[in-house]
Amino acid sequence: MDEASFEARVEAEEKVEPTDWMPEAYRKTLVRQISQHAHSEIIGMQPEGSWITRAPSLRRKAILLAKVQDEAGHGLYLYAAAETLGTSREEMVDQLLAGTAKYSSIFNYPTPTWADMGAIGWLVDGAAIMNQVPLCRCSFGPYARAMKRICREESFHQRQGFDILVTLCRGTAEQKAMAQDALNRWWWPSLMMFGPNDDASPHSAQSMRWRIKRFSNDELRQRFVDVTAPQAQFLGLRIPDDDLEYDETTGHWRFGEIDWDEFRNVVAGNGPCNAQRMAHRRRAFDDGAWVLEAAEAHAARRAARQAA
Amino acid sequence: MKFPMASPTSEPTAVPGSAALPDAAVVADACLIASHRLSEWVSNAPTMEEDVALGNIALDLLGQARGLLSHLGDEDRLAYFRDAAEFRNPTICELPNGDFGHTVLRSWFIDAWLERVWCAWLDAGDEVVRGVAEKAIKENAYHRRHSSSWVIRLGDGTDESHRRMVDALDALWPYVGEIAVAGWIDTVEPVLAEAALPVPELPADGREVGSLGRHTEYLGALLAESQSLARQFPGATW
Amino acid sequence: MQLWEVFLRPRNGMHHQHVGSLHAVDAEMALENARDVFTRRGEAASIWVVPSAAIVASDPADKDELFEPAMDKIYRHPTFYEVPDGVANL
Repeated sequence: MDEASFEARVEAEEKVEPTDWMPEAYRKTLVRQISQHAHSEIIGMQPEGSWITRAPSLRRKAILLAKVQDEAGHGLYLYAAAETLGTSREEMVDQLLAGTAKYSSIFNYPTPTWADMGAIGWLVDGAAIMNQVPLCRCSFGPYARAMKRICREESFHQRQGFDILVTLCRGTAEQKAMAQDALNRWWWPSLMMFGPNDDASPHSAQSMRWRIKRFSNDELRQRFVDVTAPQAQFLGLRIPDDDLEYDETTGHWRFGEIDWDEFRNVVAGNGPCNAQRMAHRRRAFDDGAWVLEAAEAHAARRAARQAA
Repeated sequence: MKFPMASPTSEPTAVPGSAALPDAAVVADACLIASHRLSEWVSNAPTMEEDVALGNIALDLLGQARGLLSHLGDEDRLAYFRDAAEFRNPTICELPNGDFGHTVLRSWFIDAWLERVWCAWLDAGDEVVRGVAEKAIKENAYHRRHSSSWVIRLGDGTDESHRRMVDALDALWPYVGEIAVAGWIDTVEPVLAEAALPVPELPADGREVGSLGRHTEYLGALLAESQSLARQFPGATW
Repeated sequence: MQLWEVFLRPRNGMHHQHVGSLHAVDAEMALENARDVFTRRGEAASIWVVPSAAIVASDPADKDELFEPAMDKIYRHPTFYEVPDGVANL
């Protein structure tokens, strides 16, 4: 097996399983991408988790708890998928805590209001779904299978977010203003989730050839805008883009230029909450170390007793 | 239906280990507050697996609370617009989480109490209460399994974990008088023993008596947070 | 801490299927974690957890010698045989 025959296999839509031969670069790309995805799910629990204790109705509290719990589960499926490529969960978590691994920078923005719960579900999960559905057909078996599971659960996430906003937009003037404010803050960061423009994205071509990526950044971003703009109209909210306009001839929505400086800054770790998110993760890890040590000590002692 | 306040004749018993079985209001608030404390662990648990597990248990308890609260009145009005003195959960439920060991020991005590309650309510006259109990008793079996396994792992783990569990026991035991119903100590004792923890004498009277609306300062702080948004926009729909 | 593989039987009558892996210190924790992580939506009637180290897998390098011979022996497949007209239940 060599790179050429590997690419031919993958082009023929054959799946690659963990013990199959694969180019080293394919393995590295996947470990990086899958672990980044896993880290994002885990870090993503923080901005939303902060509203569980203040959820304004018991029904919303239950739904939010279930959603955030799903995210922990998603992180687990993804770490497990990455581990099949020869890395360990410990290694990946160490990289996250050391700050050498990346996670989706969307989670470096704060969630100052309840309406942010709606905006995150509608926009952030919406963008994630758009990225993730094609991954269900990714060439690497464990990742594709994890994504299928995740996608099934993710559609509930988006719907509950939209539902929160529908209720707010039909509520008091203050609730509607809260919803508009959240949209104003989350719109552009959600568009940035699709990554740089295609011409500024060097790795995309190889990822497409390896069937890890199915659609280009710009294609997915356009699809997202086309789908979401009418939803904003339904809510009676204004998307914060003066250039946003429906084009009758193309059937697409034209939209304004992204602030790539902000994008680069947040990706580089200077987002509003980077430090806070990392400190939170480190603290949970440090505070819990004694628990894992105790669990291992107890299991070892029990195994020794049974063997005796 | 008006949320039943504590009756003036229901002072705590002086006989340890024979606390009265609670009424629905007490259990509703217990589940609500216990669920809230567990939900604080989300994204803070020692492992991601425990984030999921504690989230599950918090959800179960919240469901049990909602089943009872909605039977007693409007669930959100009761959860968000009562003051601390009107809450009737046993005080142990509102105590802060402390470390993971403190949390699982508190859960174990509460889970063992709820087992007795749900069991008794399988024969309840009220069909809603009976329905809640039938579902809850299965969930409770899993909760007891989770909390007792952790109490044992941590009590009989490392020197450090043992020390932390002893501290947790010292902090929590003064509050168990209120939930030490008949049979409770028989359930709790073997697990404490396997966890290499001492089983102290049951307290003669409970520290504070939550079911009478006498709470620690912790409940006020908890409610200030949980009720803040709902109270900011009274009358709003969410 | 060990790696465990998780298998679920969705309902009686079906095989257990591999759904992923997780970390746990012993079998009891592995079962509890599997239940929490993989069955929140009622996906299982039964769970198996197996230490990953206990799984014996065929070597993909041996794929040819293990699996290819079967591809040639098409007379194992019922469609190889023509059933004469008028014969039922075959």
